[in-house]
Amino acid sequence: MSFIPGQPVTAVVQRIEIRKLRQGEHLILGFSIGGGIDQDPGQNPFSEDKSDKGIYVTRVTPEGPAEVAGLMMGDKVMQVNGWDMTMVTHDQARKRLTKKNEDVVRLLVTRKSLEQAVKHSMM
Amino acid sequence: MDNESQYSGYSYKSSHSRSSRKHRDRRDRHRSKSRDGSSRGDKSVTVHAPGEPLLDAESTRGDDRDDNWGETTTVVTGTSEHSVSNEDLTRVSKELEESSPLECKRFLGPVLGGCLGLFALFTPLAFLVLPQLLWREALEPCGTPCEGLYVSLAFKLLVLLISSWALFLRPPRATLPRFFVFRCLFMVLVFLFVASYWLFYGVRVLEPRERDYRGIVEYAASLVDALLFIQYLALVLLEVRHLQPAFCLKVVRTTDGASRFYNVGHLSVQRAAVWVLDQYYRDFPVYNPALLNLPKSILSKKMSGFKVYSLDENSTNNTNSQSRAMIAAAARRRDNSHSEYYYEEAELDRRCRKRKARLVVAVEEAFTHIKRLQDDDPAASSPKHPREVMDPREAAQAIFAPMARAMQKYLRTTRQQPYHSMESILTHLQFCITHNMTPKAFLERYLSPGPTLQYQRENGRGRHWTLVSEEPVTSALRQGLVFSLRRLDFSLVVTVQPLPFLRIGEEFIDPKSHKFVMRLQSETSV
Repeated sequence: MSFIPGQPVTAVVQRIEIRKLRQGEHLILGFSIGGGIDQDPGQNPFSEDKSDKGIYVTRVTPEGPAEVAGLMMGDKVMQVNGWDMTMVTHDQARKRLTKKNEDVVRLLVTRKSLEQAVKHSMM
Repeated sequence: MDNESQYSGYSYKSSHSRSSRKHRDRRDRHRSKSRDGSSRGDKSVTVHAPGEPLLDAESTRGDDRDDNWGETTTVVTGTSEHSVSNEDLTRVSKELEESSPLECKRFLGPVLGGCLGLFALFTPLAFLVLPQLLWREALEPCGTPCEGLYVSLAFKLLVLLISSWALFLRPPRATLPRFFVFRCLFMVLVFLFVASYWLFYGVRVLEPRERDYRGIVEYAASLVDALLFIQYLALVLLEVRHLQPAFCLKVVRTTDGASRFYNVGHLSVQRAAVWVLDQYYRDFPVYNPALLNLPKSILSKKMSGFKVYSLDENSTNNTNSQSRAMIAAAARRRDNSHSEYYYEEAELDRRCRKRKARLVVAVEEAFTHIKRLQDDDPAASSPKHPREVMDPREAAQAIFAPMARAMQKYLRTTRQQPYHSMESILTHLQFCITHNMTPKAFLERYLSPGPTLQYQRENGRGRHWTLVSEEPVTSALRQGLVFSLRRLDFSLVVTVQPLPFLRIGEEFIDPKSHKFVMRLQSETSV
């Protein structure tokens, strides 16, 4: 998942579809995000490359819609509903995920274990 | 004491003034306004003779609250059966001011000190000269050391003379009620010192006709040295000690609450009073008694609510309930007075601002009518329209007419018209024109009330203030001391508070230690 500036990013991704849960007047997804191009990448515990400024999943609430859909802690979110998440600020990422008129978000996430699983299956 | 009892007895009469205030306004316009400083309560009649305090108290009645009190109130005066009109009073008191002799007490202290100083200065010279005069042939000749001593003696005397002149020979600015303790101490010290030197001189030198002239010269030199040291001590105690601030004085004027804070050093109460008054004349806006009263409409409503008469003695029950109802109604009605006050204030403010706008425009326009004649400007004025060349006074008179009305109205709205007569406005206008001031600079004097000093006339008599204090006035300032300086119709209350002791610590910051990082990762739950 290292990122070379100027080169296209390639990663093995998993498609996760989360249905938002209505709680009161909020629609929640059940996880927390961290990261962004305006944040400090060195503090990210989940990234391999400490200069990676992508959006990572830092916490997943148990029994929430995200856990049910298969999201795991440490995942890097690459796309949300077709919108890119690798070069966004923290606030933009939050807004893309919490749009009020969308009931379902389709994420493309990647994690280390995916790559290894693909490698194993290819061998 | 006389002042107090007589003054307080007449304070009720001020309630009558409100009804006749419009009379006063009309009167002020007609009357010549040359008495700007005199009747504002800043009268300076210094009272000595027992007959005069009565006049002093009477003149407080003649303040601008009510001018025709003689016609509208029936007051039994302690002085005479018939009422004296206000003009007579001011005229009489003015004459008294001008004709009374110069107060001699003012110059007693410096004169005494001067005599003592001269005596002390001539003593060493006398010590040197007397043996030469009396037994010259018997004296031993004195060589080079004596000459050295002569020179040093001369210079030290010169230094003493110059520094005494510079430090001590200043015209006194105030007469204090009690002795100035330090100054008296010094005069006594110097006198004792010089007297003891004379004593020893008389016993040891004059009587036995001492022949060692060098010893005599050394004796005189030691006297001069000691005088120099005494002067150093005087300098430190009288001038330097009170320079370092130690107390904070809060000065509040009783009539309108104007207050200031000042830092002073270690002073006695009377010296602190003089110092505070120096600052008062510079810092405090002038006391305007016309600005103190609540508007008439509010107070009349307040007062009319409480008129309850019980005419019939028998039906007490009826009148009781009636009066109670009336008082309750009055209490309810009284609740509105604050809103009335608020609206009245807003209305007054608006009126004042409107008048001010008119005044500013009028003055600006008036100033455009004249311009300074440059020296190289002859070709500008064609021979067909010769321009009249005026001096500042005429120029001022020429442009005063268009702004006079606006000025008068503005002054009346802000209740300042007693302070500015037409003559004074013209003089100020002339002054501003001479110095190339803009209209705004001209108006600065009228748009805001200036310090009291600006409105004082030149008066050789001085202002009479009374120091009221529970402690003796020569005691030093300390925490919690309160004294007040009373004038004829207001007073200044001074509270003393010590300045806090400061503990200043030290923290060293390495200039290389200014480093920054991005903020912690923020985590948002979605």
